Formats: sequence, structure tokens, C-alpha cells
Amino acid sequence: MKILVPISKVPDTTSKIAFTDGDSKFNEEGIQWIVNPYDEWYALVRALEIVEAGGGSVTVINVGDATSDPVIRKALALGANDAVRIDVNPADSYVIAKEIAAYAADKGFDMVLLGKETINYNGSEVGGMLAEFMNLPYISLASKLDVNGGTATLERSIEGGVEVVEVKLPLVASASKGMAEQRIPNMRGIMAARTKPLTIVAASGAQAKTAYVKYGLPAAKSAVKLVDPENMDELVRLLHEEAKSI
Amino acid sequence: MSVLIVVDTKNGQVKKSSLEAAQYGAKVAAAIGGEAVALSLNANNAEVLGTVGVNKVLNVTDASISASDPQKVVAAIVAAANQIGAKVVVFAHDSTGKAVAPRLSAKSGAGLVTNVTSLPDTSNGFVVSKNVFSGKAHAQVNILSDEKIVSILPNAFGVKAGEGSASVEAFSVDVSGINSGITVKEVKGGDSKVVPLPEAELVVSAGRGLKGPENWGMIEEMAEILGATTACSRPVADIGWRPHHEHVGQTGVAIRPNLYIAVGISGAIQHLAGVNGSKVIVVINKDPEAPFFKAADYGVVGDAFEVVPRLNEAFRKFKAANG
Repeated sequence: MKILVPISKVPDTTSKIAFTDGDSKFNEEGIQWIVNPYDEWYALVRALEIVEAGGGSVTVINVGDATSDPVIRKALALGANDAVRIDVNPADSYVIAKEIAAYAADKGFDMVLLGKETINYNGSEVGGMLAEFMNLPYISLASKLDVNGGTATLERSIEGGVEVVEVKLPLVASASKGMAEQRIPNMRGIMAARTKPLTIVAASGAQAKTAYVKYGLPAAKSAVKLVDPENMDELVRLLHEEAKSI
Repeated sequence: MSVLIVVDTKNGQVKKSSLEAAQYGAKVAAAIGGEAVALSLNANNAEVLGTVGVNKVLNVTDASISASDPQKVVAAIVAAANQIGAKVVVFAHDSTGKAVAPRLSAKSGAGLVTNVTSLPDTSNGFVVSKNVFSGKAHAQVNILSDEKIVSILPNAFGVKAGEGSASVEAFSVDVSGINSGITVKEVKGGDSKVVPLPEAELVVSAGRGLKGPENWGMIEEMAEILGATTACSRPVADIGWRPHHEHVGQTGVAIRPNLYIAVGISGAIQHLAGVNGSKVIVVINKDPEAPFFKAADYGVVGDAFEVVPRLNEAFRKFKAANG
């Protein structure tokens, strides 16, 4: 089984979010970058599990500049066999998907497995776009994935439940919580990651379809109104009359 | 310039998130001076779309064209968009929108923005707002291509149904040549009467402060009194006290209900990221220093095991008096 896992570089989940240059750019000062949790905890770990059980290889791929290299090494430390970085600014999801599809077109991957979204742009876009560019079936929001020969069985989240689907390989799937358990890289993995191949390839020249113009933060909340724990009738009154939420 | 809204169904009925998207699409059509046309996937009640401003419904009547097989839905959308000359396609950012909209974007070359929370500003391009950084910020995004696709964050606008009516036409597309290799084997839990978390207007949630899964009865009781959906924090799902699909937060389900009641949840930044779109937040926690109080509208500092039964009683009294 030859599996491709696209990964994104994102700010650590506890990062303070701020903007610079007239609110047109994310302020990267003091930011620790990590592998997007959905890509790492669920897609990459499940890919590693499948290969550990049945053989094959896991390649991670990132679209980005050299600042992505540390998070790519982290993915290698977790157990990926090799890595590819497409050397271009990932301007939007369309560019990312088109570049990955251009690279993967003739490599014969049996499966492309990525996180359901990134925690910074929350798009849920790259997987579906990739599937279309590669002309493959796409299973989004998968919380379970098993492979038996040339067929995969997946559970896909739908509103209020899950749909169990069977799909012939190759396919593209996006992973959500439940797919696998987070792993911590061990010292052996970290040492091995230093010598694993990271191939840098030139971009194909895909053009962005969208442009981020400006960012902002939500309006500050007013102070909490504390209610006497003995007087829950008062809380109910406030929710009804003041907040109008019941 | 027509606007095409992709409308999905659950058990033959238009999904609430689709109704919200249809209302949004009708407003976009009015703003750009075009017709609002819905492409509905096997709806039995397609006429309801008229109440939110849709002019015409093209109703697919082929069960094989469903969100389970996005390639077929994309084929139907392309056919409908060509027929009406649509320049804008609107989805709900729900499981259907997430499966289909990106595929359509790649197929048609139309720019896509998901998680949208505003009507487009067309004074200088086509700029929409969306949530980013898991709700910790928002961004304005310009769609550069001629054809545009947006998907609407559920509960961002609400639905205000009026008196309008829409004509409903059967719409057929030949998808026999599309073989995606996807077979649906089973659907688990999709018929549940509980409102799914992303669509829920009332959510009652609890965390480790409840000490064990055996103590969730009072939370379920509150949800039942209010007609709310239950949720939980990440550690609770991770230790198996509650199912994963109830986990709300940055790596779980992001929600925007009218009311979010959090019991025994301290409010880690990752949890807040998934719930901070809630219109009203109530926090019940015995630790007055819990960070969640900073994000709450109303707070109760007290022991959940004393406060929640008292609150349930107060809700019950309120319901009895107000129906």
C-alpha cells in the first residue's frame, strides 16, 4: 500500500491570534508551528498503522517554503518513510490541491489521506479538490478506515450519525477524530528523521482563485454576569428576558 | 446572473442548514439582480424553499444522486448551473457542502470560500467574511474567478421563513456514465430525532467536572427539558465517557448555538475555539478562576451536583409556565 499524506504547517493550538500590516497578515511573532492536528493525529497515524500492518510506504507532502521543513521532519519522526515539499507559497486551497495533484499524478498512490481541515483556515477544501483533480472518489470526514485488498471500508460523519461506505482503491479521504490515536515521536524516530529523504520539487504554477484581504478579531465580550447558585430561577429569567435564548 | 443553491435533504425533507443556505442565496440573488434557483436533491417538500425567497426549484428525483457520491452531485450541479446561467453557487457548510463544494470548485475552476458568515460585498470584487483560526478570528476573502462558490456556516444567519412560493420542476441528469466505486453499506444513527450538533440551537455540555459517565443523567435531563443536544469536552470523549461525535472544540465539532450551557468545563483555549460562536454562553463551575468565565455571558460558581438539579427544576417550572 502506497499512501500519500498531505500535511499543513499551522500555528500551535494555544497560539495568541493577532495580525499586522493593517490587519492584512497573520502575526507570526512568537508562534510555534506544528503539523495540522487533523493531518498528524488522524490521517498520518492511520496511514502508518495501515502500512505497519500490511506493508508499503507513507509519503508526506507539503506545499510551502523552507519554513515548513521542521514540521515535515516531525512527520518523518513519527514514521513516514519520505517527504516531498512543493516549493511555493500556498496561496489558497486551490493552489495546494492543484500542486499536490500535479505531483501525485504519475506516482501510483493507492490512497491519499489528509485531515478534514486545517485549524487555521478551516476550509475543508483540499481533499475534495484533490479528488477531482486526480479523478478519484472522495470520502470526507472519515472517522474509521479499514483496508481489505483493493477495497476500503470507511465511516463518514453525516449530521447526527455515520454512513458506512465501501470504496475501491485508489481514493482520497479526509480524516476526523476517531480515525486513530495521537502518537508521540520517540528518540529513535527523531534521529531517523534527520536522514530520511525530503525532496524539494518546483511548483507547476497553479494560480489562486481567492485572496485574503483583511483579518479581524471577534468583538470583546462584556464581563460575565454571575448568578447566585441558590437562585436558578433568576438564571432562567435572565436567559428568557435578557438574553432571549429560551 | 442567477444564483444556484444546492439543497440537500434528510429523510426526504429539506435540511435546516440547506434552508439557511437557500435564504442566503436568495439575498445574494436580490443583491446582484438575478434569480434564486435551488437544485434540490430528492426533496419531498421542495416548495418550502419558496418561503425563504427561492424563485424556482429544480428537484432531482434520482436517489443515486446523493451526497454519498459527490461526483454525481457535481454533474447535476454543472448541468443545472449551465441551464440557468448561474455565476454563484451556494452550499451549506455541512457534511454535503464539505463533500461536494470543493469538487465542484476543482471541476469548474470557480473560487470557493467556506464557513462564510456574511453576505458578499460586491463594491470591489466579491468579498465575503469567513471564520478562521477555529473561530478565534475572521477574514475577508475576495473570490477572484468569474464564477464563485460559497458555503455558509450553519446557524450563522438563522432562518426567517416568509410567505413566498417557488415553482418546483423535476430535474433529471444522466449520471449512468459516472462510476465512482462508492457503495453505501449502512447508515447509523442518521434517523435520530436529536438535532445534530452543528445545527443545534440549544446545546448542553459537560466536562471532567462531572467525575464520571454515570453522572450524565442530569445533563441529559436538562437537554430533554430544553429540547437541546448534548455535547462534551475533549478529555471526556478521549477517556470514553461520551462518544467522540459529542466532542465540541477545536479538534471536535465547531458549534454556534443560540445557547451553550457548559457544566464542569474549565474552558481550555482549544475548547473555546469550537464554541465561541455561541450567541449566549452559560458556565457552571465550582472554580471561580476557571478561564471559561471570561468567555461566558452568565456564570454560576457552584458545585454542579447541587446547581444542575436546581437549574433543571427551574427550567421545568419555566417550561410549565411558558409551554
